[in-house]
Amino acid sequence: MSNSPKFVIDGLKATIENKEILKGINLEIKGGEVHAIMGPNGTGKSTLASAIMGHPKYEVTEGTATLNGVDLLEMEVDERARAGVFLAMQYPSEITGVTNADFLRSAINAKREEGDEISLIKFIRKMEGKMGELEMNPEFMHRYLNEGFSGGEKKRNEILQMAMLDPSVVILDEVDSGLDIDALKIVADGVNNMRSEERGFLIITHYQRLLDYITPDFVHVMMQGRIVKSGGPELAERLESEGYDWIKEELGIEDETVGQEEEEFKMPMNTVAPEFK
Amino acid sequence: MTTQIILPIDQSEVQALSKSKNEPEWLSSLRLEALTLAGQLDYPKLEKTNLNRWSIDSYGKYKSSDSIKSLADLPQKFQTSLQDQKDNLLVQRNSNVVFQTLSDELTKQGVIFTDLETAAKEHSELVQKYFMQAVKKDENQLTAIHTSLWSGGVFLYVPKNVQVEIPLQVLFLNEDDTSIFSPHVLIVAESNSSVSYVDHVTSEGVANDLVHNSIVEVFVKPGAKVQFSTLHNLNGKITDLSYRRAVVENDGSIEWIIGEMNDGNCMSDTSSILKGNGSTSDAKIVCIGTNDQKLNITTNATHFGKSSDSDMITRAVMNDNSTAIINGVTKIEHGAKNANGEQTEKVLMLSPTARGDANPMLLIDEDEVTAGHAASVGQVDKNQIYYLMSRGISKETAERLIIYGFLAPVVSQIPIKQVADQLQALIEGKLER
Ligand SMILES: Nc1ncnc2c1ncn2[C@@H]1O[C@H](COP(=O)(O)OP(=O)(O)OP(=O)(O)O)[C@@H](O)[C@H]1O
Ligand SMILES: [Mg+2]
Repeated sequence: MSNSPKFVIDGLKATIENKEILKGINLEIKGGEVHAIMGPNGTGKSTLASAIMGHPKYEVTEGTATLNGVDLLEMEVDERARAGVFLAMQYPSEITGVTNADFLRSAINAKREEGDEISLIKFIRKMEGKMGELEMNPEFMHRYLNEGFSGGEKKRNEILQMAMLDPSVVILDEVDSGLDIDALKIVADGVNNMRSEERGFLIITHYQRLLDYITPDFVHVMMQGRIVKSGGPELAERLESEGYDWIKEELGIEDETVGQEEEEFKMPMNTVAPEFK
Repeated sequence: MTTQIILPIDQSEVQALSKSKNEPEWLSSLRLEALTLAGQLDYPKLEKTNLNRWSIDSYGKYKSSDSIKSLADLPQKFQTSLQDQKDNLLVQRNSNVVFQTLSDELTKQGVIFTDLETAAKEHSELVQKYFMQAVKKDENQLTAIHTSLWSGGVFLYVPKNVQVEIPLQVLFLNEDDTSIFSPHVLIVAESNSSVSYVDHVTSEGVANDLVHNSIVEVFVKPGAKVQFSTLHNLNGKITDLSYRRAVVENDGSIEWIIGEMNDGNCMSDTSSILKGNGSTSDAKIVCIGTNDQKLNITTNATHFGKSSDSDMITRAVMNDNSTAIINGVTKIEHGAKNANGEQTEKVLMLSPTARGDANPMLLIDEDEVTAGHAASVGQVDKNQIYYLMSRGISKETAERLIIYGFLAPVVSQIPIKQVADQLQALIEGKLER
């Protein structure tokens, strides 16, 4: 029980380029719980994930985010990660010249004391083991990080990182997008294998099919930068069959997106980095 | 330009030196002709770089250093780069060659690997046939000065059908800023031979301006294969002016691996003349600029032969106030049917006050060819930093991974492990001061 984390977001507001995108988010995730966040495009889901991780483009203007009582918002991105936060990104970056293995070993060693680095043999065994579970071709170990990976391969690689880094709060941002049916099952198994009292999950998804494999304890709906409705797994099922209109009607919402007031076009949030070839 | 050119040396000195070394007549008169030319020619015209603003007239005087009996007589830090092998080594210290060994086996096969001064006497006709034929003495003032005052240097000759398995290694070391340090490397690989040559151009304790004006000429005969690797890490007071040129005949191949890790200004020009049908050239260049360094790095492939093929890749990492002008020239002459030329220049800027310029040029005079180029100048991508940091990696380490990653596609392709390791160490030395 002592290892069971408690992750609390309280009244979180965040802006990007002075536009308020998050308008007060409250959420509490305990070890062992799986929370799903659903919601139409452009309602602030990825922004929430980025604000928690500390993406430099987002400015938190109000509210707190704590892990076991420790303030995350004061920390740099890398400190948050070492504190136990993991974000599987909607658009992972590609990094030429850095192999998947070198990258992951640096990440694991970053958490360990100097002089206590993981041995190469141990690391390779661990990585091979996890890649086997995710049915990844061993060649991905020595490929450059995400470079030229297909959409589905990138997602699987995010899950591999999650499995290797053993975080206590896991946020998955549309980890199911771009996955074929078999891959979806493998990724879901990967997540389910990691479910334990020592870890809480926040799963951002558009589709019930992921939640068919990973049964959530709570489902939240985001609109206009807020959580507008929460419930159990049945809420996701209803969204799948009926869409979002009934919620909008119920709450009198016309435009569910956020930050669009004077916007004419959308910017992708984590644009894929340019390749150095 | 009509301004009076003041040359770093005079006629009587050149004459006396050549005489004291007992050089063959053709070489003595070539030195004098070149000196006259030097007084008439301008500096080369470089893309976006004006050599008149560089401090390049301190050549020093010829000074003879004593021969050494073994590598152990060299300063410790220079022994390591050569110690992997006992034979097939040559060391030039300041103006002259002080150490050389060639294995019995290669000697028996007819391989010549000696300093160019000795070769000019002992293999006078052979040297005369090739010396200053790929690079011409009258191209510009720098090539003329070089022809007139070069010393030491290397002559490597590989007879027909001989395959030299182990790389031949050379150390060019300058420890005295008042001595001439302008070697000439001449490599002739006869038909169907193969050889790999590695040199390291470095310095120790230089406090005053000095010019390193070197020329490398490589003649690749039909079906021969030459791999030429060079790592330069000269002190900030030394200006490195280096021409390298290969003439490649039918089905011959040249591979260039070049690490520009100097601390001073550097003009480097590496060209392959693909004369023969089916000839190929592959060039990999890595450079790092720091402080106020100015780099002008040119790679050139000129295609005459049918189905000739060239590939050149340059990566530059620029820090502090350094400037790099990176030029890639692929020239395909009329008649070079089915030639293929590819080039890529990429510059990564680490500082807002650094400058980088990538100038790819495709000059094509033939229809049936393929050619391509890619060039980019960019900064470390912030989203990449964020991504790495989100896995717990510190900002410093993340930047380091990205910078080394930027160079990795070139460094990891270097076929000789020892060169790759040494280059990696020099890169670390420059980036992690
Ligand atoms: N870097 C950015 N620059 C400008 N606007 C941004 C940026 N990031 C997000 N936004 C805006 O914030 C709003 C919320 O975006 P967010 O990515 O959080 O939506 P989402 O709910 O994740 O949508 P989706 O389901 O399409 O992934 C959008 O209007 C978006 O355009
Ligand atoms: Mg999103």
